[in-house]
Amino acid sequence: MDFLIFKAPILMVQASLDGILLGILFALIAYGMALQWGVMNIINIAQGDLVILGGYIAYTMYLAGIHPAWGVIVSPIIMFFVGWALYKLVINKVVDRDLFISILATFGIAIIFQQLMNFIFGADVVVAQSEYGTTMLFDNSVTLPNSKIFSAVVSILYAIALVIYMKKSRLGRAIRATAQNARAAKILGVDTEKVYAATFGINAALCGIAGALIAITLTLHPYVGLPYTVRSFMIVIVAGLGNLPAVAISGMGLGLFEEFADYILGTEFRIGAVFMLLVFILVYRRFKLSKKREYLK
Amino acid sequence: MNKLTKIFITLVSAITLMLSSITSSIAKVEGDYIVLGAAISLTGKYSSNGVHTQNGYNLAVERINKMGGVEVQGKKYKFEIIYYDDESNPKRAAQLAERLINQDGVKYMLGPYSSGLTKAIAPVTEKYKIPMVEANGASRSLFTKGYKYLFAVLSPANQYLEVAIDLAVEKNGGKPVRIAQAFEQDAFSQDVRLGILDAAKRTGSEIIIDDKLPKELNDMAATLAKVKATKPDVLVVSGHTKGALTAIRQIAEMKVDVPMLAMTHCDAAKLSKQHGKKSEYALCASQWHKNLSYKDKFFGTGKKYDKDFKKEFGYAPPYQSAESSAALLVFKDAFERANSFDGDKLRDALKETEMQTFYGNIKFGPGGQNTAKPMILFQVRCKGDTCENKVVAPTKWASDKFYHPIPKWSERS
Repeated sequence: MDFLIFKAPILMVQASLDGILLGILFALIAYGMALQWGVMNIINIAQGDLVILGGYIAYTMYLAGIHPAWGVIVSPIIMFFVGWALYKLVINKVVDRDLFISILATFGIAIIFQQLMNFIFGADVVVAQSEYGTTMLFDNSVTLPNSKIFSAVVSILYAIALVIYMKKSRLGRAIRATAQNARAAKILGVDTEKVYAATFGINAALCGIAGALIAITLTLHPYVGLPYTVRSFMIVIVAGLGNLPAVAISGMGLGLFEEFADYILGTEFRIGAVFMLLVFILVYRRFKLSKKREYLK
Repeated sequence: MNKLTKIFITLVSAITLMLSSITSSIAKVEGDYIVLGAAISLTGKYSSNGVHTQNGYNLAVERINKMGGVEVQGKKYKFEIIYYDDESNPKRAAQLAERLINQDGVKYMLGPYSSGLTKAIAPVTEKYKIPMVEANGASRSLFTKGYKYLFAVLSPANQYLEVAIDLAVEKNGGKPVRIAQAFEQDAFSQDVRLGILDAAKRTGSEIIIDDKLPKELNDMAATLAKVKATKPDVLVVSGHTKGALTAIRQIAEMKVDVPMLAMTHCDAAKLSKQHGKKSEYALCASQWHKNLSYKDKFFGTGKKYDKDFKKEFGYAPPYQSAESSAALLVFKDAFERANSFDGDKLRDALKETEMQTFYGNIKFGPGGQNTAKPMILFQVRCKGDTCENKVVAPTKWASDKFYHPIPKWSERS
């Protein structure tokens, strides 16, 4: 029984593919977090709850008889405005303040979102059916749900679109300028207030896409947001801010790490392993930074 | 502080004061009413089952009151319940139990929803020697702590799927089977797991996969890949509604072929509705089913209960509601036999309970668990696109034959 994965090497293929497909989805959420962290210096604890809210939008469409995959288009649009409104209501009051205050504020938002979703959609676990079928490889010994492949493809497409948008569009350039130096950008005529609101909106929209994908690949529940926050936090810590390829790679790495931890350490340590890795990386980074004398207290 | 805020604060404090003076005046028996207390999850993650529980309690209170109430020392009394919302939070539930007992003067308690919350309340009711009849805490550890004032109308968690293993062995020609299992890491699911371990030992069966799912996990792909590679005879999954829904989704998507799939919480997860044909052949443990032939004079049969409940609340009663209604029947019976409002006399009467309700026979074991009622198993069967739960075990109530083995995915349309 021990280390089944080494006895049946085909499981490695399965685990790797599962991990990578899942990781791409994590990377999308993490990219949103990296973006607004970089621009606004806010760690958004409500990230996972925005994801779940996006999922519920797709689920609502599914209940209304629309194919939930359309959620990847509708959900980000709605979520963009949710993000925009959140910025105007709460985040703009904490944006230049201490990091601790923004963590506290977004933590509060997370709780409110959880309770609201619980109130509106109920505490039942729900799924939306995509009926996409399954791809079978290696004589049916490796199976990939097409919904997972769909989710990875959609994530990649959106990520590419976003990179191009950030490079080419006026708003994208303004966002990047603000991220580099908010004061200088302001002096040069960038409406930073608008940039912040747009950034938070884009982040929420990315969460919306990821949520819609989770609705058709996994399950939804008002209280399962936190693991997504933790995962994206970790990916961002590893990859740094504003570096999309690094985010994508560390996202896939995390997906792989989780899958292999499941096979080797046991399922019960799967989430625990992610937290352990987080602690390890934080300690390691601090150690490295202090060695380079770049870390000033 | 502006004027409006001041007025608002004054108003709020006035109302709070008024409310607290009202509630503290209610005692254990008030006029014609016997007052019971309950902390129920009306918000938070257990809120749907919390509401099922409350509806079950309310239906029974209404029925008992309408049919003459409870007769103690020649006088007729009616039931009344004080509810508080425990927010699905064990700490809050324990606080509320204290509040019900100390401030509201409640002398008799009904249980909350879920094993975890019952575990939080039981020490409080024990401390104050308050008899509690609970209907939604099945964890075995509730019945091994030597609690003297706790009575549960439901079968303990370790019995949930034991029958399924026996059934698998029977189908295997009496030979031991190979079991793969995945259980969430919470009190209830781990107790279900203990039951399977016992059954495996008893039948000489081998457990080849024994995964414990973290609470936050909504992805079982790795576990199912292992199942695919090892080809067990039975796959057992228990992880509340999330576990049931995740398992069915991924088993269908990954085309995992197992001859037998046994689960818990299929009806709470609305499995046959949410997953339709994908959930067909799943074998599910349940405390109750409307087709069972138990009877009582308040609700009649299970079918009648189902009808009355639907009429009142607009949806079919899950077993969580049925067992909650049964808890009140137990209280009524015990009050009449004790013929007293004294807590200890009532407790002794509860201990001697031996009755039949529409929900099943009730007789309490030394730990307070119900020993007189077996668990039942139903199987999801589909006709066209509509899927239904059909009772397949125990044979006494089986409406359909147990379908075994589950056809391979390649043969399913």
